[in-house]
Amino acid sequence: MIMAMRSLWRTLDPETLRGILTITGSAAVSGASFGAIAVATGQPLWVPITMSALVFAGGSQFLAVGVLAGGGGPVAAVLGGLVLNARHLPFGLAVGHLVGRGRVARLVGSHLLVDESVAFALAQRDPGQARAALWGCGAGLFAGWNLGTVLGALVGDLIADPAALGLDVVFPVLLLALVLPVLTGSQRQGKLRPVLVGAVVALATTPFLPAGVPVLLSLVGLFAVPRREAAAT
Amino acid sequence: MTVVAILLLAAGTFAFRYGGTALRERIDLPEHVRELLSTAALVLLVALASTAALAKGQSFAGWALPAGVVVGGVLAWRKVPFLVAVVAGTGTAALLRVVGVS
Repeated sequence: MIMAMRSLWRTLDPETLRGILTITGSAAVSGASFGAIAVATGQPLWVPITMSALVFAGGSQFLAVGVLAGGGGPVAAVLGGLVLNARHLPFGLAVGHLVGRGRVARLVGSHLLVDESVAFALAQRDPGQARAALWGCGAGLFAGWNLGTVLGALVGDLIADPAALGLDVVFPVLLLALVLPVLTGSQRQGKLRPVLVGAVVALATTPFLPAGVPVLLSLVGLFAVPRREAAAT
Repeated sequence: MTVVAILLLAAGTFAFRYGGTALRERIDLPEHVRELLSTAALVLLVALASTAALAKGQSFAGWALPAGVVVGGVLAWRKVPFLVAVVAGTGTAALLRVVGVS
């Protein structure tokens, strides 16, 4: 396993590796704020720590803790979180072949599937690099997010508000940095239109729908895939 | 009760993840469907980036966040090292917030 990780690590080009390290650091800070917020809203220590390890999907964790703190009840917290996480199904369909064939690889690799790792994988041309990016980013984020959560839960508010440092910028910038080259490169054909339609739909519906639903609705953008490409085999 | 809620959220989330990857492995898809699936992932990622850049919950996030995202995004797109782009983007948002632009 360690040998396998080491060879994956060596497959990554330096810029991808630096990108993964940056996002890992940012995940640690977000994790710390999640841990601190959860404890501050009255959750016992084990709640944020267990959530980060078992759920490992930041947005849904913040949402669930927020709903519980607001007196929304556990059913609303779970349902809201699940709606937010439903996008992982199409993500798995898109990059599932990169996870690996063995049972253990599939189980572990599926759990490590997050927005950022999917974006890193899609940004690579070569399948070996894509596989290494998917695993490297997933593993790095898992370590950063969980370490951060434990620290934040134990120590409390080291960083009261990550937004004051502008850290809420990191996630969208990372996604754009990885996706823009794909959308403007030689393989962009038939991708730009659905992506733009999807973004407009998600933004237009955000004020009216619960968290997570607008992003799922962006998939209607797929109807804008040009005919020729959809029909080509 | 909390234990059950956490386990349900964890199990459901894992089911989404595992369902997707296992299905992809199990069925042999024609090329154009594979292409469509990776387009779907791109659509979701850009929708995530757009809403994360412009909205906080259901309302507008204020100008500092999208300004920082534009600075960071353009720099990253121009092949500036990722860390530099991130620092420029976060710095822009943080400075705007310091001077009172939310």
